[in-house]
Amino acid sequence: MILLENSLVSPGVGTIFWSALIFGLFLLILSKFAWKPILSAVKARDEMIKGSLESAAKAREEMLKLQSDNEAILRKAREERENILKEAREVRDKLISEAKGKATVEAEKLIEKARAGIENEKLKALSEIHEQVATLSVDIASKLLGEKLKQTGEQAKLIDNYLKEIDFTKN
Amino acid sequence: MKTRILISFFLFFLIAGTTISSFGQEVKEKTEPEGKFDASTFILEHIADSHEWHILTKKNGENVAIYLPVILYSKEKGLDIFSSKKLADGNEYKGYKLEEEGDLQGKIVSVNKEGTVDEKNLPLDLSMTKAVIGMLSAAIIGLLLFLSLARSYRKSGISYPKGIQSFLEPVILFVRDDIAIPNLGHKYEKYMPYLLTAFFFILINNLMGLIPIPPPFGANVTGNIAVTFVLATCTFFITQFSGNKTYWKHIFAAPGVPFWLLPIMIPVEIIGLFSKPFALMIRLFANITAGHIIVLSLICLIFIFDSLSVAPVSIFFVIFMDFLELLVAFLQAYIFTLLSALFISMAVQENH
Repeated sequence: MILLENSLVSPGVGTIFWSALIFGLFLLILSKFAWKPILSAVKARDEMIKGSLESAAKAREEMLKLQSDNEAILRKAREERENILKEAREVRDKLISEAKGKATVEAEKLIEKARAGIENEKLKALSEIHEQVATLSVDIASKLLGEKLKQTGEQAKLIDNYLKEIDFTKN
Repeated sequence: MKTRILISFFLFFLIAGTTISSFGQEVKEKTEPEGKFDASTFILEHIADSHEWHILTKKNGENVAIYLPVILYSKEKGLDIFSSKKLADGNEYKGYKLEEEGDLQGKIVSVNKEGTVDEKNLPLDLSMTKAVIGMLSAAIIGLLLFLSLARSYRKSGISYPKGIQSFLEPVILFVRDDIAIPNLGHKYEKYMPYLLTAFFFILINNLMGLIPIPPPFGANVTGNIAVTFVLATCTFFITQFSGNKTYWKHIFAAPGVPFWLLPIMIPVEIIGLFSKPFALMIRLFANITAGHIIVLSLICLIFIFDSLSVAPVSIFFVIFMDFLELLVAFLQAYIFTLLSALFISMAVQENH
């Protein structure tokens, strides 16, 4: 009760008046000239930071996307290159094998021809040999006949034996 | 860092020392007539508002004080403005007198032609007292601080905080992010100017009240009930004027309450309207006044024991209390603003 009667806890009218005036003016001036620019500046900065962060995140995302795109393109290019190479290899192999086939055929043909030629030549040579052998034998025979014509029977046998030994018929 | 702490300790001792020596003179004067030191009168005089700003009392009993303007209005005599020096030492001026005893101690009273005090017909006292001057100085310091802050923002545009900004911006952001937004949500912007002003007004006054070098420091502004009354009234009016339908419905027809309970509920709710800002007023006043009383009591210990050997202990505790009061200065500014935001949020919240 001692305290309640004291001026300490009974608000004075004058102090209320001055407090209201000073606080009111303080509030008014500060709201208009201080809080407004300060808060708007802080807000603008906050928004700028937010915007920058967002755009940075977006840029990063786009970069990642670009990177993955690049990788995809690269992978595709690599695949294509491999395909082309494979095709080229196939074409080459085919060409080579075709060429090989043709060459063998040609070669065989040539060989065949050569063989036929050789056969012909052989036959020709053989027939020539026949003729020569015949003439030679005739010559030999005539020579032998000229020297030892007396033993006619023996000579004829000998010639026949010779001729039998040299069998020309087998070709 | 260490040197800084040392310097601040040194300053504290210096301040505490000068305060005590100036108190000492005064105490001598007070103890002389009765021979015994009356601590409670001494403390209450320091805390109470006065028409003069007492600085010190000289050895010969002369007062060194700043005499503040007295502004009086009464029906018979009209408006009177004069210096409080005219009323010093119990002098009478223009039929007014500063009452020194009794219930009206410290108040200006009219004196009849017969020379008696007219107790029933008190003049309207609109004087610029110690608290008013202290508050005005705090407001000017606040204005200088925040107008220059605003200018620096306008000058620097959108940039990182620098200079005064890096010092004050965290506090402003604290009020915004930890007081306004959690309570008021997206409606916070409308109430930011009031919350910021109240926060810094209380904070600057609290801090200035802790500095024991008068003037303009050391006035017990936020420990003056008229000041806290005005602040709480502001919160009260802002709350009521921003109250929406849901808010008033909760007061006059609380949903879910049986109708026969309403005659009890409505008065309770209406008392609640006033008790909330009343609590704000008392909390701030009591905390700051209590802090001043404790510090002054600790200093008074030296004179109560009448021994210099108590001084080191006393000073140590005063320094400790000053640090605690520094915390309280911030805490009370925070609590007042937080509760104001909470009360406003109760009035503006949507139906849920």
